[in-house]
Amino acid sequence: MTTEPLERALRATTTDPSPDLAAALARAEAEGLVDVAYATTDSPVGPLLVATTAAGLVRLAFARDGADAVLDELSSRIAPRVLEDPARLDGVRRELDEYFEGRRDHFDLALDWRLSAGFRRTVLERLHGEVPYGQTVSYLQLATLAGNPKASRAVGTAMATNPIAIVVPCHRVLRTGGQLGGYGGGLPAKVRLLELENGDQALF
Amino acid sequence: MVKLPPFQRLLDAHGGDLHRFCVAQVGPHHGPDCFQESLLAALRAYPSVQDDRNLRGWLFTIAHRKVLDHHRATARRPVPVLDLPERGVEPASSDGDLWAHVGRLPDKQRGAIALRYLGDLPYADIGAALGCSEAAARQNVRAGLAALRQEVTSR
Repeated sequence: MTTEPLERALRATTTDPSPDLAAALARAEAEGLVDVAYATTDSPVGPLLVATTAAGLVRLAFARDGADAVLDELSSRIAPRVLEDPARLDGVRRELDEYFEGRRDHFDLALDWRLSAGFRRTVLERLHGEVPYGQTVSYLQLATLAGNPKASRAVGTAMATNPIAIVVPCHRVLRTGGQLGGYGGGLPAKVRLLELENGDQALF
Repeated sequence: MVKLPPFQRLLDAHGGDLHRFCVAQVGPHHGPDCFQESLLAALRAYPSVQDDRNLRGWLFTIAHRKVLDHHRATARRPVPVLDLPERGVEPASSDGDLWAHVGRLPDKQRGAIALRYLGDLPYADIGAALGCSEAAARQNVRAGLAALRQEVTSR
């Protein structure tokens, strides 16, 4: 059966299909209906996806992690009410901008650690608490800091699965002897972050 | 356990159509409110959704109920006007003489027409949203179209 003019006309309503979402989002936030708010922000190491819960920053991912995959993970591991709400991430984005401009050497951000557990979480918390801006540690040193000097390999895994990159500074972890090791954001990003923290602004 | 997609993805995929669906049926003035109410109701219910196979149908079912709420509230409100339309519906939009006619159809026919042509849902989903059988959903679309055809040709 073919479409008749009446049916075509019913489909062809000219209403602007893009609704004003700001008001709905504000109400959803006020009612506590947004479990995870996210935004993207650009940086010298490429676009970053940042996500927060009521507890704090829960995820900072690189473009190569894939935004869709990251959002799927947030939905299944935290809660499916994941919404893009850049206003909730203004503070995070401002601190990141200051960091990349070389005007900030630590982050004053509440963190939500729930995507890490067990020894990996211990490792990440130690790294975050004890390895400051401009310094580096080896996998072995970090394993020792976390209370298990034999667990260098597990430290490597903890770094590879760090949900809050940059802010939890896994770029400061190198191989014994100073080789770069790996990096979730790609080695060029690791090099840039280390150069930034060494005061070498030439490349930025 | 169902793996629900991030809600933003539903919004990106279906938000525009859902908005059109509301505006076409309750008019440009109340349409955005109706859309907002639908969205908030969907967000409230989303974490307990058990079946992720037809989330578009689920969203339109919620919006359909919000449209009904609006029409019922409007029908209850006393309207001090002599020249009443059969229902308290504002003209839908500029192209919307046609949708103003749709707005004056009985609830089930109006819902069926909107779910079919703006929601683009299969008849089984239209039936689910209307609370009737697939056959009855078909019948409501057919009856609605027949009524509209008469309205349009009698002008």
